[in-house]
Amino acid sequence: MKYLTLAALAVFAPAAHAETPVLNVLTYDSFTSEWGPGPAIETAFEAICGCDLVFSAVGDGAELLARLQLEGARSDASVVLGLDSNMTARASATGLFAPHGQEGANDLPVTFDDPIFLPYDWGYFAFVHDSKLPDPPKSFEELAASDLKIVIQDPRSSTPGLGLLLWVKSAYGARAPEIWAGLADNIVTVTPGWSEAYGMFTAGEADMVLSYTTSPAYHLIAEGDNSKSAALFEEGHYMQVEVAGKLAAAPEPGLADQFLTFMGTETFQSIIPTTNWMYPAHMPAAGLPDGFDQMITPQKALLMTADEAHAARTQALDEWLSALSR
Amino acid sequence: MAERALSLTAAGLAAAVILLLLTPLGALGLSLRGFSLSGAELAALRFTLWQAALSAGISVILAVPVARALARRRFFGRGALIATLGAPFILPGIVAVLGLLSVFGRAGWVNALWGALGFSPFSIYGLSGVVLAHVFFNMPLAVRMILHGWQAIPAERFRLAASLGFSPSAIRRHIEGPMLREVLPGAALVIFVICLTSFVVALTLGGGPRATTIELAIYQALRFDFNLPTAARLALLQFGLCAIAYVVATRISLPSGFGVGADRQGGPPAPTGWHRIADVLAITFAAMFLALPLLAVVLNGLPGMLALPSQVWAAALRSILIALGSTGLSVAVGLVLAMAAARGRGWPALAATLPLAASSLVLGTGLFLILQPYFRPASLALPVTFIINATLSLPFAFRILAPEACSLYVDYNRLSASLGLTGWGRLRWVVLPRLARPLGFAAGLVAALSMGDLGVIALFAGEGEATLPLLVQRLMGAYRMEVAASAALLLVSLSFALFWAFDHWGRRYAAS
Amino acid sequence: MLHLDRLTITQGDFRLTADWQAAKGARIAVIGPSGAGKSTLLSVIGGFFAAHSGRVLWDGTDLTPMGAAARPITTVFQDQNLFPHLTIAQNLGLGISPDLRLTKGDHAAIGAALDRVGLSGMGPRKPAQLSGGQQSRAALARALLRARPILLLDEPFAALGPALKSEMLGLVSTLAEETDACVLMVTHDPQDALSFAPLTCLVAGGVAHAPQSTPDLLQNPPPELAAYLGN
Repeated sequence: MKYLTLAALAVFAPAAHAETPVLNVLTYDSFTSEWGPGPAIETAFEAICGCDLVFSAVGDGAELLARLQLEGARSDASVVLGLDSNMTARASATGLFAPHGQEGANDLPVTFDDPIFLPYDWGYFAFVHDSKLPDPPKSFEELAASDLKIVIQDPRSSTPGLGLLLWVKSAYGARAPEIWAGLADNIVTVTPGWSEAYGMFTAGEADMVLSYTTSPAYHLIAEGDNSKSAALFEEGHYMQVEVAGKLAAAPEPGLADQFLTFMGTETFQSIIPTTNWMYPAHMPAAGLPDGFDQMITPQKALLMTADEAHAARTQALDEWLSALSR
Repeated sequence: MAERALSLTAAGLAAAVILLLLTPLGALGLSLRGFSLSGAELAALRFTLWQAALSAGISVILAVPVARALARRRFFGRGALIATLGAPFILPGIVAVLGLLSVFGRAGWVNALWGALGFSPFSIYGLSGVVLAHVFFNMPLAVRMILHGWQAIPAERFRLAASLGFSPSAIRRHIEGPMLREVLPGAALVIFVICLTSFVVALTLGGGPRATTIELAIYQALRFDFNLPTAARLALLQFGLCAIAYVVATRISLPSGFGVGADRQGGPPAPTGWHRIADVLAITFAAMFLALPLLAVVLNGLPGMLALPSQVWAAALRSILIALGSTGLSVAVGLVLAMAAARGRGWPALAATLPLAASSLVLGTGLFLILQPYFRPASLALPVTFIINATLSLPFAFRILAPEACSLYVDYNRLSASLGLTGWGRLRWVVLPRLARPLGFAAGLVAALSMGDLGVIALFAGEGEATLPLLVQRLMGAYRMEVAASAALLLVSLSFALFWAFDHWGRRYAAS
Repeated sequence: MLHLDRLTITQGDFRLTADWQAAKGARIAVIGPSGAGKSTLLSVIGGFFAAHSGRVLWDGTDLTPMGAAARPITTVFQDQNLFPHLTIAQNLGLGISPDLRLTKGDHAAIGAALDRVGLSGMGPRKPAQLSGGQQSRAALARALLRARPILLLDEPFAALGPALKSEMLGLVSTLAEETDACVLMVTHDPQDALSFAPLTCLVAGGVAHAPQSTPDLLQNPPPELAAYLGN
């Protein structure tokens, strides 16, 4: 029994650090996981900050804001990293964030200038399919007219699902319900999150899955497998912009600022492409790793502003529900 | 004296369980004023009830012939099959879904066979898929519960039936019927309430937002809308449905009153002819239905086994420790409540059934709100996980222990009382040996469930404290589907090993 | 001395009263129609069921507040006298120490008790391996070990054949003499009463009557008993 207790202590005890200031960053799980950017970023930042960088992780980007609202001003965290730009209107309405005060433009394909939230990476939503798929659809309308089967995520529980909702809305406006009605017979199923959908796609349950234009880069670079491609849609692709913000009640405001500055550096940004499989917000001087050049480039980047996204969500969700519940 | 102590302990524990379930609702700002449901919530309620009722009904109806066949036939691999019955239930949701899809999905084996035979492919997505998955998860559980019922019929009753020349239908009517009347409502209740809170499985296989359950609405309210009172209201609705189902099941269930046997060997008679054919079919069908998706899980997991990252071992150890701690707590509380229930009280059963309807997300969020002002959440990850896992698995421990604790009390209470067997002596010499079989089964099930659970630790866990289920999720989130399948296979293997070890211990102890 | 002091037992519509005394060493048959309350009377004396009012006393000590095990009583039931999962020796050992912490001397006593009832060497067996008669003997052996001054027998031999039953009754007589116990035995059979018990308590019409001479009672039975005996 004693050994069990000891083992339990060894396994669960958080590492003790004396005297070193601790910067807590609240983020989502896959950022800090062994395969995400977290570990490399932690090493790099700790080398310059003289501090201990601690990531606390919650499930995903959607859960992040809820967690922050639960913690309120009592949060240990000084920085929140990983909010989706579709959620920033609500995030700033909580009043928990302070302006980031960082200068300098980013390399996003659209103007993104927010006094509170600073982008660190971005990507385009896209339908990923097997490269052998003949004549992949070139628009939602073609997709709806085809017999292709797709798996998508639920906008009520996942950020990609919400992204798709806003993609259709910003591309088609008032015609969105019609598009959804057309897609209804293509949708095999709707999953709670990205992982389930992508897992079902790789298991062969659907011809296409909602993911990112950069998803094939993972298979290409990490697995040397060029069997996955993303379909280029003529109406443009909606973007996901991932942002970080500094908390007004940050226990370590100085380190928080230092971290946000670090976020724009070459070091941080060059870690992003092959760990988070997204585009860096600031293009590194060396450019993107080999393989990214084979990714499709949408002619048109779609993105609602934070307020537009917030305003559009409820109606878009109702349209989605009524089109697919029939 | 000891009776009083048992009563008080049981009452304290029951109160603690109910408090643990309901206080978080208060912390989320539950308000009963103007309790009403929106149109979407009503639709979710309808779908939730319908799929749960169908899943429960079909699970128990299919389980009866399988349990009967297992009770009266002896064949090679019978023990292994009974042990494997625990496996589907302990599979993490998404792993099981992918396993089921390998068999029944659009690109699954059955469809491949179907296509080869010249039929057009079928799709299971929709209500049928949801029910299929729920039956896959829960039918084996029902088989185990009903099989226990069969085994609890004293051999003397079957001898009597044989001596009176009972036909199989007379045995059904006079012996098996009353047993089923006692066991089935409880089994159906448990499955109904489990399916009530289904969400990942229901949505993924439901084919779209038609398959929205109340639990998904809770998830949405908590995570996307941050509407805590709505989440609390819906969680209360789930408890209400569970309580109603409990009352209905209790009304329907009738004690069979078989009395006691002398531990003689011998089960139900094994009739020949078409009864034998039916039994063979029932067992074959059940074995295939359960084994194929499990086989798919194994096949999906094997290729990535060598690529498993080193972190899985620490995560596995952490998960095992959590499982063992939760098991000790859950089985101990379950035993106390079962013994109190055996003394004819109703409240322990209700307290031990309600956690089935608990949404772990609501529970975790509420506790987080309550504890966070006073403690660092990460410092509480371990105790909170123990307590929540133990509470959420209490219904299973209790359901398994209660019937046998009850017969133990009816049959041997007077003798125990006359000999002054109380407290430790009674536990050591009467309760533990007489209940070894259900205790082993309960401990195995709880341990396996606690291995698979990640509902709450995710809210509290700090840096680097991943459990194995969380690691599976991380791997999937990082595109590593193949390695994730291997980590899931490891998780399933460890869960099953724990389950098997406890269950086997119980059966060996009982037989010695 | 066993004293049933204005005892009233109620159970739903059922009601039974008893108000009498029995001396140490007395042997009393309890007889009466089915459902009259013979077993219930023993349950109340044994401490398994609480009376509505009145007291049970032994040598002036009120037993009413005591639990079954604390009373100076051993009860042998109709069945379930042995735990099926424990050996015969362990079943006997429970009579000495409920947590089975047994000394060498205790084991010797168990062996002697088994010898005494003709079950030598049967200690390691489980009850299911014994015949019905042997199981009854084991239960009696435990009663012998406990050596409580009151022995309540609730038809423990009803299932045994005539020869076996009279052998058991003989065994009970010897044991009772050795321990000078006051024995109350429920029986259906007037012959058992005659051969075993000088006194008989008639339970009928809601009253457990004071014990009276068995031969007298059986020769001049009151109407309820006559109806029961069928003469």
